Amino acid sequence: MSAEADAEPLLEVRGLTKIFGALTACDRVDLTIAQGEIHALLGENGAGKSTLVKMLFGSLEPHSGDIRWDGKPVRISSPSVAKKLGIGMVFQHFSLFEALSAAENIALSLADRTPIAAIAEKARSLSKAYGLPLDPNALVGDLSVGERQRIEIIRCLLQTPQLIILDEPTSVLTPQEADKLFETLERLRAEGKSILYISHRLDEVRRLCDRATIMRHGKVVGHCDPRRETPASLARMMVGSDVKAVERPAAPQESGEHLLGICGLSRKPAGPFSVPLRNIWLHVPAGQVVGIAGVAGNGQGEFFEAVSGEARQDAADVIRIRGKAAGLMGITERRMLGAAFVPEERLGHGAAPRMTLSENLLLTRHATDAKAFVGAGGLVKTASIDAATQRIVSEMDVRKSARDPEAASLSGGNLQKFIIGRELDRQPSVLVVNQPTWGVDAGAAARIRQALIELARGGSAVLVISQDLDELFEMSDAIAVMNNGELSKPIPIAEATRERIGLLMGGAEPGHAAPAALAGMEPA
Amino acid sequence: MRIELVKRPQQSTLFSVLSPLIALALTMVAGGILFAAMGKNPFEALYYYFVDPLRELWSLHELAIKAAPLILIAVGLSVCYQSNNWNIGAEGQFVIGGIAGSMLPVLFPEFQNGFVLPLMLLMGMAGGALYAAIPALLKTRFNTNEILTSLMLVYVAQLFLDWLVRGPWRNPQGNNFPETRRFHADAVLPELMPADGRANWGIVFAVVAAILVWVLAARTMKGFEVRVLGASPRAGRFAGFSAARMVFFAFMLSGALAGLAGISEVSGAIGQLRPSISPGYGFTAIIVAFLGRLNPLGIVAAGLVLALTYLGGEAAQISLGVSDKVARVFQGLLLFFVLGCDTLIHYRIRLVWPAKAVPAGEGA
Amino acid sequence: MGIAESILLTIATAATPLLIAALGELVVERSGVLNLGVEGMMVMGAVCGFAGAALSGSPWVGILSGVAAGALFSMLFGVLTLSVATNQVATGLSLTILGLGLSGMIGEPFVGQAGIKLPSLHVPGLTDIPLVGRLLFGQDPIFYLSIALTAGVVWFLFRTRTGLTLRSIGDNHASAHALGIPVIRYRYLAVLFGGACAGLAGAHLSLVYTPQWVENMTAGRGWIALALVVFASWRPLRVLAGAYLFGAVTIGQLHAQALGIGVPSQLLSSLPYLATIVVLVLISRNRRLTMMNTPASLGRAFVPDR
Repeated sequence: MSAEADAEPLLEVRGLTKIFGALTACDRVDLTIAQGEIHALLGENGAGKSTLVKMLFGSLEPHSGDIRWDGKPVRISSPSVAKKLGIGMVFQHFSLFEALSAAENIALSLADRTPIAAIAEKARSLSKAYGLPLDPNALVGDLSVGERQRIEIIRCLLQTPQLIILDEPTSVLTPQEADKLFETLERLRAEGKSILYISHRLDEVRRLCDRATIMRHGKVVGHCDPRRETPASLARMMVGSDVKAVERPAAPQESGEHLLGICGLSRKPAGPFSVPLRNIWLHVPAGQVVGIAGVAGNGQGEFFEAVSGEARQDAADVIRIRGKAAGLMGITERRMLGAAFVPEERLGHGAAPRMTLSENLLLTRHATDAKAFVGAGGLVKTASIDAATQRIVSEMDVRKSARDPEAASLSGGNLQKFIIGRELDRQPSVLVVNQPTWGVDAGAAARIRQALIELARGGSAVLVISQDLDELFEMSDAIAVMNNGELSKPIPIAEATRERIGLLMGGAEPGHAAPAALAGMEPA
Repeated sequence: MRIELVKRPQQSTLFSVLSPLIALALTMVAGGILFAAMGKNPFEALYYYFVDPLRELWSLHELAIKAAPLILIAVGLSVCYQSNNWNIGAEGQFVIGGIAGSMLPVLFPEFQNGFVLPLMLLMGMAGGALYAAIPALLKTRFNTNEILTSLMLVYVAQLFLDWLVRGPWRNPQGNNFPETRRFHADAVLPELMPADGRANWGIVFAVVAAILVWVLAARTMKGFEVRVLGASPRAGRFAGFSAARMVFFAFMLSGALAGLAGISEVSGAIGQLRPSISPGYGFTAIIVAFLGRLNPLGIVAAGLVLALTYLGGEAAQISLGVSDKVARVFQGLLLFFVLGCDTLIHYRIRLVWPAKAVPAGEGA
Repeated sequence: MGIAESILLTIATAATPLLIAALGELVVERSGVLNLGVEGMMVMGAVCGFAGAALSGSPWVGILSGVAAGALFSMLFGVLTLSVATNQVATGLSLTILGLGLSGMIGEPFVGQAGIKLPSLHVPGLTDIPLVGRLLFGQDPIFYLSIALTAGVVWFLFRTRTGLTLRSIGDNHASAHALGIPVIRYRYLAVLFGGACAGLAGAHLSLVYTPQWVENMTAGRGWIALALVVFASWRPLRVLAGAYLFGAVTIGQLHAQALGIGVPSQLLSSLPYLATIVVLVLISRNRRLTMMNTPASLGRAFVPDR
């Protein structure tokens, strides 16, 4: 804490390597973090950032390389060793226990046996000091994602760490919540603590961080002062080449026919921790991409299930697909009407992980393409399925190791290209996509976004649910915001600003669109 | 030292084939050690278990008799387990199948013609299927754990059979023995080659069922549905498949096959109902299903192997004076090894010794 | 001794093995592991308990051998499911199948032998108090142990940090691993505890309940114990209540058989099994309640990244 800026670095990593089977996730990585700096670790999905920090936190064991802490060589064999050294971590996919209270969650990561009540008290005072409101007795399962992150941060701070690692902390926050987080982080820096900040969001890195280390394909490819770079130059370092910008041709002048209509959709919570949907109205016209923004866990998953027909409604006309009342139909019948769906979770929902790509093709198209794929007596026509699989693979440029590999063996980006391609191959007139490019590398993401825009401009209605505001601004003709199971009125893209959307995401300006207000949704 | 599993990027085809064989070999080794510990010559004992019963024609017929119910039940169970429905009550469905099919010859002994046997077989299948539908109904309607309910129903079925043969269905001319009247000729499952041995049509049913279910599982949409719903239920629902209907399909198919096995056993090998009509076929078939890697064709081979342990147990008891209970130990061991070896299909196993040089954790 | 008193005493004796086995399994399941081998471990405990007592002449040695047998046998399941990541349902089943076979083999020399009963407590003066004396001060030692065990499990799970850690593993093993909690080690210990409890329950059967060895003498009690855990929605005190409910059903049907009330004995014998089904249906039809209480990672194999 008292160290001078040019003193011994807090953490020094030399030649750290981690190998998973055939994949070298981290290849001779070097990293130096000084006392009292916010250091950015930049890189695309799959660049090896998470693997690197897991080794620093002792969750993973490096194959080779050295770590020096305060100038002394250390071996971080487990998270408890990391905690003893003074390294704290806030995980991207939180390491919290839904069935336990916030205080119990905090207690679990503390080595000493302080009584829960005392921990709750400490947490409460710490949360006051840093302006992170928190109820220690609340059950984690009942909390929003933002609140959960606060638990993680307070849990981390209670261990009085010297180095705090944050893995993609703003991916679950509204822009306003992110601002608050930055204030907290700057305060921690002022107290002399070091922060390793992992992100792929270039704006916030430029705003917040003192130095940046950039990783690509498991290797460190550069260091820089992010405040002296432009977003474009940072992106080039991350990706290794220029990413082709997504082109969005103007939407058709006259508004198209409403291919997808959602008229007063409500849904009771299905499980103990799920969100109810409250009177949602939305129409998606032909030729347009409509985006739904929102912080994770505000009902997007429940909404997707209701629209796809995995969960049916009580009344037929709540969902209209190409004018037909589809509320009572299951997912197969909705597909037969011309709708297609891509869920958020690729493995285990959109695709069966241990099945081949051709089997996964059959998964969503056995009914719509029954003539081509299923013969007499229910016999599966493997040859024509295989041909269609290879067609999609080449159309979407899916990279794979075998002719027909298991879905789980593909990288996230390639599997997502296949899953999107599987639906595009049908030329659906309605496409509903939840998180189209979550965890996907920049090249694949651009390709997917372009394909979705082209589908819309070809006369289909495309509904995109996403937590990534940049993505929505890039693709959408109008953006609505989902908050706590309610959907705002769609805002035409010309009138939408990040501030306005961010406020809606945070729950300001509540109120769902009344049917009459729908007239206002046609973009300028 | 610790065991570390490294996930393979793809399932290993090599180990899908090898794993049951490795498991068999390991069982032999473990069995050999067991015999040596009991003071027997392990080679001689293994010979009686696995070779001796294969040396004579009549004995091969006995093998077929024992293998038939095991294969029939296990083929049905393979569909259940593939679809992630844990029916472990096949023993009860076997018993109810036997009872349902026996209604004709026991209650209507004067009804004798060529229709009797086909009707009995159909009634046996229906009985087994309906009995298996109970846990399916409870699972889909009330979310009740099917493992526990299907097993509880085994005890209920056995007690029901016990009551029948000691009570209302007892043979009036049977000197108070707890058994029904012997089935008349039209109600007996014919032997295949009476000149050589006792094997009856049961083994034919078993092989035909195995082939049909194999085609269903490997080549049709229904089989695809079974695998998707079993491996990733959420993806199955996304595909538009109904998990609830699958529960009924899997349970009733396996119940019907267990019921067919039950009535085939009663009308073929036994010829009447007794308080006990199965030496645990319904449970041994669980081992058969896993040893056959839930593949109906593999199950035919696995059924023959497990049938051999029954015969071998008898042979070893006669020749070596080893308890026939040893056969069940063999069966249990085999299942353990099969499950352990199956891990090799999805994982490589690495043994890790702790690093020798351990630098101090706190920079001492 | 009055009839009511003797009935209550036999109910306690019938409930004790169910209670002990179910408490053990409850701890196992709270750690996220589903061990369907309770029946197998219990029957191993029964045969080894009987054999230990018969060979040494001391019922206490018998009890200890039962506990050791159950614990040792559970490790077979532990190694396969925890270190080799096999399917827990199938492995648990195979533990039951192997246990039934192995116990038959081990127990063969002891079939028909007279058993040694663990003596009941006798406190001069107290045991002879009318009505409650025998119930409170005159039962077998394992009964008192089972009550203490219930309290101990409640205290452990809900009052200690180690218990909290165990519950957290059952809730989310990936998070626990990320925090540096040794998931596999905790689960091994939980499985070991479950095995020891099942072994003790089995030894109680062959040394207290019916002091003899009969093949398959557990007769599905291991499965009923599993059902009790679900019935109790993973709460120890409800396990206690459930075990006594089942003890009452078992004893009730035995008395009904003895009285010869004109109902087939087989129907009465099947009552505990039917009651299990009914109770399971009643408890699990409330999906929300079940989902709230079921340990979220129950039955899922865990392979840590290193």
